[in-house]
Amino acid sequence: MEWITDLFTDYTLRTVALGSALLGITAGSLGGFALLRRQSLLGDAISHAALPGIAIAFLLTGSKAPLVLIIGAAVAGWSGAALITTVTTRTRIKYDSALGVMLSVFFGFGLVLLTFIQRQPNSNQAGLDSFLFGQAAALVERDVLVIFAIGAAVLLLMTLFWKEFKILSFDSDFLGTLGFPVRRLDHLLTTLFVIAIVIGLQTVGVVLMSAMIIAPGAAARQWTDRLGRMIVLSGFIGAVAGVGGAVASSMIPSLPTGPTIVLIVSCIVFFSLLFAPNRGLVFRRIREWKAGKMLRVDAVLVDLYTLASQHSSAEHPHSERVLDVMSTISGPARRTLVLLKDLELARQIDSTHWSLTPSGVSRAESVIERQFGVAS
Amino acid sequence: MSASFEIQLIAVVVAVTCAIPGVFLVLQRMSMMSDAISHAILPGIVVAFLLTGDLGSPWMILGAAMAGVLTVALVELLRKTGLLKEDAAIGIVFPALFSVGVVLIAQYAGDVHLDIDAVLLGELAFAPFDRMTINGVDFGPRALFVMSAIFCVDVAFIVLFFKELKLTSFDKALAGALGFAPAFLHYVLMGLVSITAVGAFDAVGSILVVALMVAPPATAYLLTDSLKPMIFISVGIGALSAISGYWMAHFLDASIAGSMATMTGVIFLTAVVFAPHRGLWSVRKRRSSQQIVFGRKMLVIHLYNHEGLPEANQECRVDHLEDHLRWDHLFATRAIKSSLQLSLIKQHGALLSLTETGREVARKSLVEL
Repeated sequence: MEWITDLFTDYTLRTVALGSALLGITAGSLGGFALLRRQSLLGDAISHAALPGIAIAFLLTGSKAPLVLIIGAAVAGWSGAALITTVTTRTRIKYDSALGVMLSVFFGFGLVLLTFIQRQPNSNQAGLDSFLFGQAAALVERDVLVIFAIGAAVLLLMTLFWKEFKILSFDSDFLGTLGFPVRRLDHLLTTLFVIAIVIGLQTVGVVLMSAMIIAPGAAARQWTDRLGRMIVLSGFIGAVAGVGGAVASSMIPSLPTGPTIVLIVSCIVFFSLLFAPNRGLVFRRIREWKAGKMLRVDAVLVDLYTLASQHSSAEHPHSERVLDVMSTISGPARRTLVLLKDLELARQIDSTHWSLTPSGVSRAESVIERQFGVAS
Repeated sequence: MSASFEIQLIAVVVAVTCAIPGVFLVLQRMSMMSDAISHAILPGIVVAFLLTGDLGSPWMILGAAMAGVLTVALVELLRKTGLLKEDAAIGIVFPALFSVGVVLIAQYAGDVHLDIDAVLLGELAFAPFDRMTINGVDFGPRALFVMSAIFCVDVAFIVLFFKELKLTSFDKALAGALGFAPAFLHYVLMGLVSITAVGAFDAVGSILVVALMVAPPATAYLLTDSLKPMIFISVGIGALSAISGYWMAHFLDASIAGSMATMTGVIFLTAVVFAPHRGLWSVRKRRSSQQIVFGRKMLVIHLYNHEGLPEANQECRVDHLEDHLRWDHLFATRAIKSSLQLSLIKQHGALLSLTETGREVARKSLVEL
């Protein structure tokens, strides 16, 4: 439990954890919107497209101040996103091809610029390539302050335009009929999205930033059907993954922070897909199993009732073998008959004979009425 | 062979080999799978490397191909749960697998020649140093042989399964109904993409594989409407990007792979703007000429409607068109000028009247309407 105290006392760990947490919150929240708008992979494309912007910003200003590079990255990322929209809406190129082309071409161009810068004499370029894979350990207080300021502004704007963004994500045509400027709101949300991505590039890197955008939202989506809760949860998951990655990589030698954050958030997604109530696979399977059990119970009950209706008494005993043959369910009827006994709908007369109880009779009648619309 | 020539040769073979499966990715709207696969093969390569201790072994290609197919299967599994859309599923699977690869490298392979920079970015300039020698005889760079072998596998696959691939790409449901097993073909294609990606990543790195796989076919998609020309155009554009990229890198003293990707992008954007029929430029020109044709028709119909009637002196004035037809001044001037040129109308001061041809055109247009 040493890491808990380290988290507050160790300067490097505290800075890295705080920075990663802030990134996680911002990227997670905006990523939630992207997930709902089916723009998950746009985040991937934007983060790759940002690379030439970083290089150009450095070439133009010669400065490596985080704010300068972030602005360059944002402009490039935004242009990438705009080009993707232009190409898909104005030519026959499909969305996926446009994403693939812009992502890789911008990245390739960024690489050209980076290698070009590196081979210039006397330039103070060391550290620019940390944007490729991220260097969380290199975060200093100044970076964290920049991340905090920008992240807070992004989240504030998101809150201010909450209801507009909400309708935009679910029904943008409706937003238009209400008289809101859909295109401008779309641009605003995309801009916030771009900013949320580019502030994380230095920490997590171009390649893994897309996971920070997509995964928290995908995990949060499984737990709730309400947008507000989903976005908050998504930000929280992003923060947990950020802190977890920072702590884990500080404790285990040569464990890189970025990939660790991604692995943690992937595990959270996996857990959510399995165990989230309602949507989770495990609970869904249990529900299906229970529903299947009740369907079998009703089927055998109706069979028993049909047999009994040919006798004077509704509680006339019948052989298991007959039910096996009659039944439309798979497997022997005995399994289900035992269930019927537990539910006190049928009773066992001897080793192979069963009869309905009075409550079984009334339930069978109600099932028949429900299925066929008539009481027999 | 000089190093410069060898590098260009390798670049061309890589670009051409990537373009071939890329055509089908673009047509089947699965371009982003190339991004996912080219990242996700990393753990396959690392595991194969850790098991065999050899960077050049065929096991690496096998490991990578398996990782690629695993990616496709995982994406499919996630999508089938109905809990995630396909794009989110892709976006979750490949960073996770890539991270596994990075962590494995950092933990176990830190000292050997397998660093992430090389995997992601590649370095074509070093390719000629890795020679293929048998019994001491130098046959050429190893990358050239590996890529050529993969190229042959790609071509053989396309030739053998051409009609199946064509049908699956354009009408998956029909392919299934006719018993062509589109799911099986899908996995084979993805395996092919993985093998191609692993062969290419050594030279150009995993992200730029995406450029070579997607951009040339996407460009070709703007230039043609049939499959065979699309394959050949893609291959041609791939080769062109490779050579022009090499020289761009040469003059800028920058990354060759990055320059090749940049060139694919330049060619793509050129096609977006200038492609015949589908480019922005020709669409714009067509629209504007259609507007004028429409304007002429409107004008002659308008004149025909009011011809010989008492209000004609008012209705057939030039400046009245702007009010009546809600045309702006510029457009009205263009429509009138174009109609005068084709001698559909005559102008007497501010008044317009129809010629015999103009009357004929107006009648025809009214019948069309």
